[in-house]
This record gives sequence, structure tokens and C-alpha cells, in this order.
Amino acid sequence: MTMIFGVPLAVLSGQLLIGIINGAFYALLSLGLAVIFGLLKIINFAHGAMYMLGAMGTVLMFDYLGVNYWVALFLAPLLVGTLGVAIEYFLLRRIAGQDHIYSLLLTFGVALIISGVLVNWFGVSGLRYSMPDMFKGGVNLGFMFLPYYRAWVIVAALLVCFATWFIIEKTKLGSYLRAGTEDSQLMQGFGINVPLLISLTYGFGVALAAFAGVLAAPIYSVTPVMGAATLITVFAVVVIGGMGSIGGAIITGILMGVIEGLTKTFYPPASSAVIFLVMVLVLMFRPSGLFGKEA
Amino acid sequence: MTMMKKLLTSAVASALMAGGAQAAISDNTVKIGYLADMSGTYRDLAGPNGLKAMEMAVADFGGRVNGAKIEIVSADDRNSADVASSTVRRWLENDGVDMVGGLVASSVTLAAVRLLEQNDKLGLVSGAAAASISNESCTPNHIHYVYDTYAFSVGTPTAMVKEGNKRWFILAADYAFGHALEADVTRVVEANGGEVVGSIRHPFPTSDFSSFILQAQSSGADVIALANAGSDTTNAITTAAEFGVTQAGQAIAGLVVFLSDIHALGPEVAQGLELTTGWYWDMNDETREWSDRFMAETGVRPTMIHAGVYSSTMQYLKAVEATGSDDAQTVRQQMIKTPINDMFASNGYIREDGRMVHDMYLTRVKTPEESANEWDLYEIVRTIPGDEAFRPLSESKCKLVN
Repeated sequence: MTMIFGVPLAVLSGQLLIGIINGAFYALLSLGLAVIFGLLKIINFAHGAMYMLGAMGTVLMFDYLGVNYWVALFLAPLLVGTLGVAIEYFLLRRIAGQDHIYSLLLTFGVALIISGVLVNWFGVSGLRYSMPDMFKGGVNLGFMFLPYYRAWVIVAALLVCFATWFIIEKTKLGSYLRAGTEDSQLMQGFGINVPLLISLTYGFGVALAAFAGVLAAPIYSVTPVMGAATLITVFAVVVIGGMGSIGGAIITGILMGVIEGLTKTFYPPASSAVIFLVMVLVLMFRPSGLFGKEA
Repeated sequence: MTMMKKLLTSAVASALMAGGAQAAISDNTVKIGYLADMSGTYRDLAGPNGLKAMEMAVADFGGRVNGAKIEIVSADDRNSADVASSTVRRWLENDGVDMVGGLVASSVTLAAVRLLEQNDKLGLVSGAAAASISNESCTPNHIHYVYDTYAFSVGTPTAMVKEGNKRWFILAADYAFGHALEADVTRVVEANGGEVVGSIRHPFPTSDFSSFILQAQSSGADVIALANAGSDTTNAITTAAEFGVTQAGQAIAGLVVFLSDIHALGPEVAQGLELTTGWYWDMNDETREWSDRFMAETGVRPTMIHAGVYSSTMQYLKAVEATGSDDAQTVRQQMIKTPINDMFASNGYIREDGRMVHDMYLTRVKTPEESANEWDLYEIVRTIPGDEAFRPLSESKCKLVN
């Protein structure tokens, strides 16, 4: 068997693929954060809670209303996005233009309240959610067993990431968005409803997190605290990619998934720290991030 | 005159009685503290429902012991030894707490029992697993009630190696508890003629186990043992099911698994899993009767910790009643003298090192077809006698044993 650094090639290929799958999650989550920060300059600490709401929403809608996975894939982001619009309209708008720390603290508080209330109702052991029938099982690739669902995660995440990047960077709507946040007065002069645009952008950003939550529901244990740990890692990914860089967030997300996966193979105890190590190095040598514009 | 005399005598008598009670039960109140993780990873296996179990014990005792009022205070330790230390210090030094129960995370418990020893108060440990709590770190001021890592590693691994699963791969949480469990399992597997072919220490907590499961799959082991707890265990089991571990012929051994974990996973995912438990709600009429009451209060079936909190609080209050004292040493000696026969244990006994010795149970998780309702989850495969389950006193490193 071919070996690389004492690890069989087959095992390594499997780990690379796993890394890409996890990276797809990081990409989706950090993309939402990057959109919100890049366009609104809000450090959204409620992002993990929105991811959790997407997953919890999927489970609860199934348990109480019989809503299936495919409907949830659209409905959960829509509902969480609406909640996001409400949070922006009723709360964040009031502190617009203040120092970043205000939006950070506000969104952090919102996240603590949401997860605290849900812990009280549902506990922390996790809710049951069955894999949709069509995804049960998997395919043997020779070097690993790939569950069908994990393959679907890569496809779905990359499609959504690409669509988001395309809308923001390549369409007219995207150009309004970018311009509106650059100089809102001028854009309002052109007759564009900038406050609405901002609410919708925040809603869209958190809807991306909820989408990742729906994807996570069948494979991770769904609990009210699932967002908290993920959030910190995802923030590190955004910092590495360059705060606000849309494409950077996607590429860095996948890259970090792979680096983490390889660390899990070669030295597992470091796997939770490796992303932060990369973050430190990036901040030392390229403070604006791998894909950020030089400040 | 006789009237006057009667009044006087009764006044003197009641003054004497009150004085006597005061001398024995401090402040004429038995004050119990409940310390546990109320909001984090270990919330559902102990948490607020453990407090409820303690309140049930106090209510069943009528709220008073020998005329003295029983009071409960509680706090969230947030799985932090620092938070636990400051809370317990305040309870013992300022608030007149006589006994601390709950005690779930091992780190929290080790910090708490040091303070209990310094202040000569009593601790009843129902949740912490580290075997050192009633071994190297034993004190004359606490009792280790429900289980420990030694008992967990005796149960499941011994049985599985004997069934012919010789090659083991261990996934251990990367902190003191996981390391202790890993060492205990390795010892048991090797003693029974098995072999540990590999192990991984994963960060605590970990949400994605796919990478580790993949490595365990390619190791060629017969058994993948999970030396972790709570969400780490449930996440690992979910991922193992997704990656077809059991279909491919490998078995999963859960070492520290609670009813709340299996309930969260559901029999579809967890079926066939072998695990060791210190208690199960559906064992006999007595356990069922108590569990029904617990469920009426909380909406869920009790875990072994919940049952342990109730039972240990009852034993404590009975010892206070029998001795008429809330002095830690007096009560502990009385508890050691008294065999435990209740809904939790039959013929359980407390050793001088503080270890409560009782039967443990090797169980198998039922299939969805076998499970009659959402809490009908375990089938008891074997009863492990207490003296076999727990570390014998002859191997003890406890300073109280000579």
C-alpha cells in the first residue's frame, strides 16, 4: 500500500474528502458572516444561533407539522431570514453607525437569549432527526465509504455558495447592495430603498446560516447549544479569508476543512486548535486576510 | 397550682428539647446544597431534574427531620472547577450548608471535596465518574454513590472480549476523564486476552467525528470503544451509524452512556449498542413506581444519576434522623453502617473509602421493533455483582484504607 508520512494513501484520500465536506459547512457559514460584515459592517455573533435555529427548526417542523426535509430546506431559511429581518429592523437599526462593539454585543445577547430559552424547553441531549430515506446508505469508493448524504452536502453547499457569490459580485442587485452600503445617501438619491436593502441583506446572511443548519440536522446532534462552538471556528475562517471578502470566505472555508481533516489524521489532539494557529499566522503576515484588500 | 406546675414543667421540657436539638442539628436546620451543570453538556443527565429528585426526597421525608427544617439551595457549576469552588466555599463558610449533593463533572467534584474536607462537611457524589474520587483522592468527607470509570470499564469490555471481540480501537476524550477511561479499558481488554490496536484522543467537545470514525474503520478493529460522554458519545454513535460501521461488522462499545443519550439517539440509531449502567427505570416494581412519580414531575424518565441523587439524599436524611445530628463524621459513619435497600440498590453498602458498592448492569439497546415506547430502551443482559464491578479495597490507594 502506498504510504504518505506513515499514513496509507487510501486513508488520506478519505480524510481529504471528509475535509472538503466539513469545509463546505464552514464555507456556507462563513459566507453568511462575510456578507453581513462586508456589506453592513456588523459582526454578527448571532450567526451560530441562526445556524442552530435552522437545524432545530427542521426537526421541530417535522415533529409537530410533518414538514419533510426538502420543504424544510426552503422553509427554515425563509423563517430564520424573516426573523433576521425583524432583528435588523427592531434592534440593529437603532445602533447603526455606532462602533462595531455595539452590534457585536447586541447580537451576542440575542444569541444567548435564543439558546437559553431553547435549552430550557428542549434540554441539551439533542433531538432525533432521521435521515431522509433517499439518502440512506452510501457508496464504497474503494478508499472509503461515502454516505450519500455527505455527497449531497458538498453539492448543495457549493451550489448555494456559488449562487450567492454570483448575485453579489455579478448582478445588478448585487451592485446596488455594494453601492448602498458604500454611500447610502447617494443611493437613496437614486431612488433606492437602502434601509430595506440592508434589512434584506441581514436576513439573507442569516438565512445562509439556517440553510447550513438544515444540512447539518441529519448528521450532527441537534441541540440548542450546537451553534456556539461552531461560531468561533467560523469567525476564525472569516478572519483568515479576509473580513468581508465573499469569494475569500468560500475558498478559505473549504481550505480550512481540509487542513483540519489532515490534522485529525496526523495529530488529532491539535485538530481543534489548528484553524486558530493558521489565523494567528495569517494575522502576523497578512493582517487583512488571505483574500482581503490591503487596508 | 397543678396547672402552673404543668405549664412550668412543659416549658422547661420544651426548652431542654429545643436546646438538645440545637446542639445536635446546627441552626436547627439541615441545609443541603445541590451543585450540578444546569445548562451545559451534562444538563440532561443530572441538571435541574436532579434537583427535582432531591426535592422529592425531602418532600418524602416530610420536609423535616427530628423537628429540624430541611432546606435546599442549588447552583449551576457550569462545569467549571473555579465556579464550583467559590460556590461551595460560600455555602460552607457563610450559608451553613451541611451537605452538598449532585456533583457531576469530575473536575468540579475534585475541587468541591477538597473544600468539604477542609470545612468538615459532607459530600454525596452522584455524577462524577473518575475512579480517583474514591481512590487516590478519597476524603473522610464524601461518598461516591452511583458509578466510576473502573466499574464502566469492567462491564462492557469484559463481556465483549469474552464474546470474541479481541481487537479494540479506543476513541477517548482528550482530558483527565477520557485518559482515565482509556487506561482502564486497555487494562481490562488486555487482562481478558484482547488487544488494543489503536487509539485516538479527540478534542473535547467534538461535533464532527467522521474523520475519527474513518480512521477507526480502517484500523481493522473488532470494536470501536467510546471513552467519552454526553454529546461526544451521541455524535460519535450517529456518525458511526451513518458510515455503516456496524453493517461492516465492527461493534461499538459505549462506556459512559446515559438513558438521556440513548433517548436522544433513538433505537433506530442506537440499537444493539452494549453499555453498562448503574440503574435502569424499568427493572422492577419499585423502580417503576418511583420513575412514574419522577416522570409526573419532570416529563422524562430518570437517568441513573437522578435515581442516585434521590437515593443518596434519602440515606443521608435517614442517617441524620437516626443519629439526631448533622455532623459530617457522625452521619457518614451511620451511612457506612446502614445497608442500602431501596429503589436504587439492593444490598448496597458504603465502604470506608466512600465507595458505594452495588450491582451494575450490562444492557443492550433494544431495536425499534422491541421498544414498546420512547423510554423502553434497554434490555438487561447481565447483572454484574457489586464486588466484581468496583475496584476491590485490596487495590485501593485511598488514605482511609489500611
